[in-house]
Amino acid sequence: MSPAVLAGAEVFARSWATAVIGSSYVPMTRAEVAQHLQDLTERLVEALFATPFRTAPGHEIGSRLVDAHFTGTDTLGRTVQLLGDDLLVELGFPGDARLTSRLAALQGALAAGYARALRERTLAEQEAIRAAVLDARDQAESMLRASEARFRAMFTEAAIGIGIAAIDGRILDVNQALQDMLGFSVEEMRQYNVRDLMHPEDAGSVWRLYDQLIAGECDHYRAEKRFHRADGEQVWTHLTLSLVRDDHGEPQYQVAMIEDVTDRHLLQNRLRYQALHDPLTGLPNRALFLERLGRVFNNRAKHVRAGLCYLDLDGFKVINDSLGHDTGDQLLVEVGRRLDHSVSGEGKLVARMGGDEFVILVEGSSGEQDIVDVADRVLTELEAPIRIAGHELSVSASIGIVERQLSGTTSADMMRDADITLYWAKADGKARWALYDPERNAREVARFTLSATMPRALERGEFYVEYQPLVRLEDSTVTGVEALVRWQHPEFGRLAPDRFIELAEETGLIVPLGRWVLRKACEEARRWLEEFGDAAPFVSVNLAVRQSRDPELVRDVKRILDECALPPHHLQLELTESAIMGTADEPLEALRALCDMGVRIAIDDFGTGYSNLAYLKHLPVHELKIAGSFMEGLRAENEEDPVDAQIVATLVQLAHALSLGVTAEGVETPAQAARLLRLGCDTGQGWFFARPGPPENIDSLLRGDL
Amino acid sequence: MERPNWAPGDIDLERPSVARVYDYWLGGAHNFAADRAVGQKTLEIMPELRGVVLNHRAFLRRAVRHLLGRGVRQFLDLGSGIPTVGNVHEIAQAADPEARIVYVDLDPVAVAHSLSLLGGNDHVSVLHADVRDPAGVLASDEVDKQLDFDEPVAVLMIALLHFVPDEEDPWAVVGGYRDRLAPGSFLAVSHAGYDETDVETDASVRARRIYDRSVTRMTFRNRAEFTRLFDGFTLVEPGVVRVPAWHPESPADVEESGERFPGFAALGRKAQR
Ligand SMILES: C[S@@+](CC[C@H](N)C(=O)[O-])C[C@H]1O[C@@H](n2cnc3c(N)ncnc32)[C@H](O)[C@@H]1O
Repeated sequence: MSPAVLAGAEVFARSWATAVIGSSYVPMTRAEVAQHLQDLTERLVEALFATPFRTAPGHEIGSRLVDAHFTGTDTLGRTVQLLGDDLLVELGFPGDARLTSRLAALQGALAAGYARALRERTLAEQEAIRAAVLDARDQAESMLRASEARFRAMFTEAAIGIGIAAIDGRILDVNQALQDMLGFSVEEMRQYNVRDLMHPEDAGSVWRLYDQLIAGECDHYRAEKRFHRADGEQVWTHLTLSLVRDDHGEPQYQVAMIEDVTDRHLLQNRLRYQALHDPLTGLPNRALFLERLGRVFNNRAKHVRAGLCYLDLDGFKVINDSLGHDTGDQLLVEVGRRLDHSVSGEGKLVARMGGDEFVILVEGSSGEQDIVDVADRVLTELEAPIRIAGHELSVSASIGIVERQLSGTTSADMMRDADITLYWAKADGKARWALYDPERNAREVARFTLSATMPRALERGEFYVEYQPLVRLEDSTVTGVEALVRWQHPEFGRLAPDRFIELAEETGLIVPLGRWVLRKACEEARRWLEEFGDAAPFVSVNLAVRQSRDPELVRDVKRILDECALPPHHLQLELTESAIMGTADEPLEALRALCDMGVRIAIDDFGTGYSNLAYLKHLPVHELKIAGSFMEGLRAENEEDPVDAQIVATLVQLAHALSLGVTAEGVETPAQAARLLRLGCDTGQGWFFARPGPPENIDSLLRGDL
Repeated sequence: MERPNWAPGDIDLERPSVARVYDYWLGGAHNFAADRAVGQKTLEIMPELRGVVLNHRAFLRRAVRHLLGRGVRQFLDLGSGIPTVGNVHEIAQAADPEARIVYVDLDPVAVAHSLSLLGGNDHVSVLHADVRDPAGVLASDEVDKQLDFDEPVAVLMIALLHFVPDEEDPWAVVGGYRDRLAPGSFLAVSHAGYDETDVETDASVRARRIYDRSVTRMTFRNRAEFTRLFDGFTLVEPGVVRVPAWHPESPADVEESGERFPGFAALGRKAQR
């Protein structure tokens, strides 16, 4: 090829490249494309001039274009056109007829070769892509088949019961586990509609959710549900129901997964039963009782009432201790049985709270009488002796009853009140019931409050002492004063001794309190002695039972007298009959010692208790104080009760016979004073003369200011 | 419920597929009437579209050659499509027969075609998977068989991520692969998009609408959004550019279209720790 022809071929190749580049993807750089087309151009030029002339290279060039992926739709057109227009011009042979006709032949061959190659390539690619589609489908289908097989196996083999139903509830398929669980075959199950599987114990929510699911409003739910088995037994299950939707989201199927939890359920029931029952009597235990009580309080309607009997056997400990725990246990079993027997019925619960305590809950009572009836029945039921191991045991019980409307109270309140009331029944003498009484409770609470606050009260100086004159009837001289302790309580106000002395006795605080009163009174007596000399009164101080038995009594009295420098005969101690009479020797010795010391001893409230008159003679006593109750009959001006008059007269005589002085308490009228004087009584005390008051009142009295 | 990707319904020849329409534009015949209809229609409206597609494919070639030049011998081609001509393994194995390639595509036909084409090539695997699940892809047997993540790997996402909308967080998808790569590994991405100042031609808007409606929705991203895909990578010169302007093979390739080209390309290198 001449250089000129070569140069022309190169120029042509360049414009060829420009014409065809960009109509399809060719994996070559622009330079590579140009090189490739130059090769083809040279091949073409060779063919153009070759002898013999052949068109085959035209074919080859056409097919090589396709091989290089010059597959764009206009590639061939542009190529053929460019060849016709430019090639001979670029090569320097424009208008050469021979070459023009050869070129036309080569153009035709190229076009044919290109077309055939492109057709083949296209067919091959179409073939390949169809094959790929088939492969992909096969792949997908085999995966689908595998997955279907997996699901089938899962459905059949699953240990959990699975059922599929149409949206209208027709059961379509159930797996083996579900057939076994319910005892029906697939065929039998297919006769059913899901709604036929309703169980009377189903929670309402189970079927409400079912309706929602079927309506497509929810996609799945879980529930606890019971089923009837073919054999009539019950199966407890955990049910999960799911909705399957079609491609358009419409409900299509429902799938149930059902797990048999019967064993677990029964076990739970048993455990729960054990946790909530007393193994000895088989009765509900405290936990169950409290749970039930809590429930009663939880769903309380407005006027619902309930009652409790809190029961405790009397003297059970003695039986237990003397006859042994076995007997005690058997006794409890029998008591439990009788309680259960006498109290059976709807809304009633008998429980053992522990030890020998039982409780009866009555729901929906109509009033106290309902519960009192129950308590009476129980007490009667327990009357018959109980035979255990050859022993005839008589038992009795004490019962605290609380009955009330539930609103406004709590289960804890009710329990506490029942407990308190049981204590009352015991305190009131056992073998009985007591009814809760809010006032009694309030009193007791107040008592409790008082006794709890008393020690501090003494420290804080809330106590003070008042004095009431003891007047010689003969000449109205004040010979003595009785010291009376008072309590200025910050909450309850001014309290008289009857409100707190007994409490102080119970708690033992009476000893320090009494000592304090004694000292206070002695100090006052000392002051009067200093001020009024021989005209000074003695002080009369009450001595509580417990004080009289206090081994420190004598020493305390002596020390106080010493410290106050008070001559002993300026002190009188008042004791009740019972304190003096019913006592053993020691207190008497104490009294003797005090008496020997010169302290006066008086018997307070004489005539109300039991006195051994013969014994009186040997006692170290100086004064009898006749109880105010005997003065009743003497108070009227123109009339007197002969009996009272006689009694007082006799007492005076008796006292005088024993060389004792007599003081009449509770003198409130002039008539009383006159009569007492006439009956020979020595001394009077009471409102007629003066009320108890601060020591200054006594000062005025002694000074004759009044 | 989402249809499982093995369901036969996925292979519906009446519906154009991304891979086959792309093949049509590239001049291939691995397509069906429905694919050609969309391909022709869009080309009629927007004739320059063919150049756009060819440029993405050419970027693939240039990027792979560039990576081979940097010594990379492992390629993870995500959204590989239907192998026509100039596939990654052809380019790579021409340079080094030991080069390893994993093709990943979601289109089951593309995957089946790749498999039949590659029968017997032991250094290439094809994975049918969704690239939006990096963990799944990276844990696959195919990836495990071919790629050694202690060595540099080139992850290719050519003309792919504009099929992942913002709500599916393509940045996180890329991050999922990035985190698995050894330092010195690469990420090559080409992506449809415009600079904010560009004005999209009317024809492009119309063609795009047809494609979105009948094939799948595309998300164009601007330069900043595109650049963010390379978080954790250092961009290789010249950084983020219009697709034809990335290491052009001849000045003529860039031409006047270079500054208006609706798409970006870049190559990033994972930094040394
Ligand atoms: C436009 S083609 C590009 C093919 C090839 N990367 C190229 O540049 O020639 C996009 C390919 O990505 C695939 N593809 C799209 N989304 C995908 C995904 N989420 N996971 C895997 N492949 C996906 C499509 O099936 C298609 O084959």
